[in-house]
Amino acid sequence: MPDGGRRRAEAGHGLSAVTTPERPGRPSLARRLRGPQDRTLWFWVFVGPFVLGLLVFVYVPIAWSIYLSFFDAYNTVTPSRFVGLGNYVDMLRDPAFRSSLLTFIVFAAFIVPTTFVLSLGAALLVARTRVMRAFFRSVFFMPVACSYVVAALIWKMSIFSGVRFGLVNTVLGWLGRDSIPFLSVTHPPWYWLVLVTVRLWLQVGFYMILFLAALQRISPTLYEAAAIDGAQGFQVFRHITLPQLRPASTAVILLLLINAFQAFDEFFNILSTFGGYPPYARPPLVYLYYTALGSGQDFGHGSAGAVILTLLIAIVALVQGRLTGIGRAAD
Amino acid sequence: MAIVRSPTQRAWSVARYAGLGVASALFLIPFYLLVRNAFMSDTDLTAPDWYWLPPHWQWSNVTGVFDDPAVPMARALANSVAISVVQTIGVLVLSGLAGYGLARIPYRWSNAVFYTITATLLIPAAVTFVPSFVLVSTLGWISTLRGLIIPGLFQALATFLFRQFFLSFPKEIEEAAFLDGLGYWGTFWRIVVPNSGGFVAAIGTITFIGSWNAFLWPLVIGRDPSSWTVQIALSTYLTAQRVDLAQLFMAALIAILPLLLMFLFLQRWIVEGVERTGIAGD
Repeated sequence: MPDGGRRRAEAGHGLSAVTTPERPGRPSLARRLRGPQDRTLWFWVFVGPFVLGLLVFVYVPIAWSIYLSFFDAYNTVTPSRFVGLGNYVDMLRDPAFRSSLLTFIVFAAFIVPTTFVLSLGAALLVARTRVMRAFFRSVFFMPVACSYVVAALIWKMSIFSGVRFGLVNTVLGWLGRDSIPFLSVTHPPWYWLVLVTVRLWLQVGFYMILFLAALQRISPTLYEAAAIDGAQGFQVFRHITLPQLRPASTAVILLLLINAFQAFDEFFNILSTFGGYPPYARPPLVYLYYTALGSGQDFGHGSAGAVILTLLIAIVALVQGRLTGIGRAAD
Repeated sequence: MAIVRSPTQRAWSVARYAGLGVASALFLIPFYLLVRNAFMSDTDLTAPDWYWLPPHWQWSNVTGVFDDPAVPMARALANSVAISVVQTIGVLVLSGLAGYGLARIPYRWSNAVFYTITATLLIPAAVTFVPSFVLVSTLGWISTLRGLIIPGLFQALATFLFRQFFLSFPKEIEEAAFLDGLGYWGTFWRIVVPNSGGFVAAIGTITFIGSWNAFLWPLVIGRDPSSWTVQIALSTYLTAQRVDLAQLFMAALIAILPLLLMFLFLQRWIVEGVERTGIAGD
């Protein structure tokens, strides 16, 4: 259906598609359709408000931020002291900034594979289920509607509460084990368990839906051919399902990485207390938040940090695109 | 598929349902705890004994949430409703119009404009909070609904998806409308929009959920308690020195209730929205 529409659009009856160049010798119907309509004017009536807003609220701040990153800008957005690349050098030398990147790497190493495997597993199970399929799908998908703040509250104050009435500690008590003070231990691994499981719960359903959609797009004839060839169970998964899921898998991994890079909500809500945020387990955005918007309002270093993080994400996306591009070409 | 099932198939089927059952139970536990805790009294909740259900149902927690002078929950709910509704309608109108213009109105610089819009998709929104804060504070919009709503209205992803959708819209209908003299404006509002209900619902529900659950931007902009959203009020409560835990859970339950109800009624559109917005990732 979408392809048919596009083909018709390119054929250019009347309203010609954006990519089709003007042809003077059109049927008179097309000219009548255009009639008195001034197309340039109408284009800007439709697109103008959005583009104007995008320029003001996206392009201007980014340009301004790049400008600020070359200046000393404490508590001011109109700085005067140019420091060149000084802010960038400071950020890259700052052990706290580097450890925030390390925190991201550790977090991604946990969250990306676990989410990938669990959401793919859930999709495969749900896809083969007939009875109560809608129910299972809804149950896994429902947390998508829940906010990180509410989930952080349930995880911090109820499931992994360090005192006896926390759910996990209650279960440990039934098993005759000692309570674990999950979030009061300032070194790994316990806080990672809390942070990783909360994000898993919140996002597995989202990626499961993406995998389910991709599974439905696999042609049944492939499975029939595999059955005729005598392939069974895991062989079918290994040689048919997995290769067919490649584009979806690439997209899911990239989305997972970008989202992990931007982790903020659950870290902030689970780890910070009335005394502030602890000095460990700070992902990049939490670090940036306290640098730029904390008491110092250091916009120069904050902007330099934002530019560095944006470049890092762009590099990750490009490298991953290149790698999978090569992978596809080799097929 | 097979009508006659072999014993192995039967065993796999049992194993699959067992796995799904256990996983479902685990996924439902947080919701169960949220509801249970919301109706407990603070003393029962922190007692050493475990209660599967509240021993004394505390309906007074509902009113207690709104009586707390330290956290203006009623105001926060009103703010969240206002922000989410205005942002959803705003994104649908702005991105719908822009997407239609890009898909259907021939213009020399159309492609250049399209690339200008999609280029911003490469920059993650969360990283730009520092520059956006700088701009919004210069405008004097800190702690205002303006500052919370307006910068979030210009979603390049929504515009991109609307453009793709309108490219696949059946052209014959629009041509007929044009023949009747409706023009671009009339065709869009009277023919295209009424026939795009499903897609609008999908983008709308996803935008609403994102807006209602947003945390970082409201945290950065909503400095004054009068401009807090529900999420910020909850977060403040969560990190406070002394809290009534049961009441905090009741506040959280009230905060996710609108979305859970929406989820039950609009699940189909949310699924479609996730499929559409997620697919844009590849």
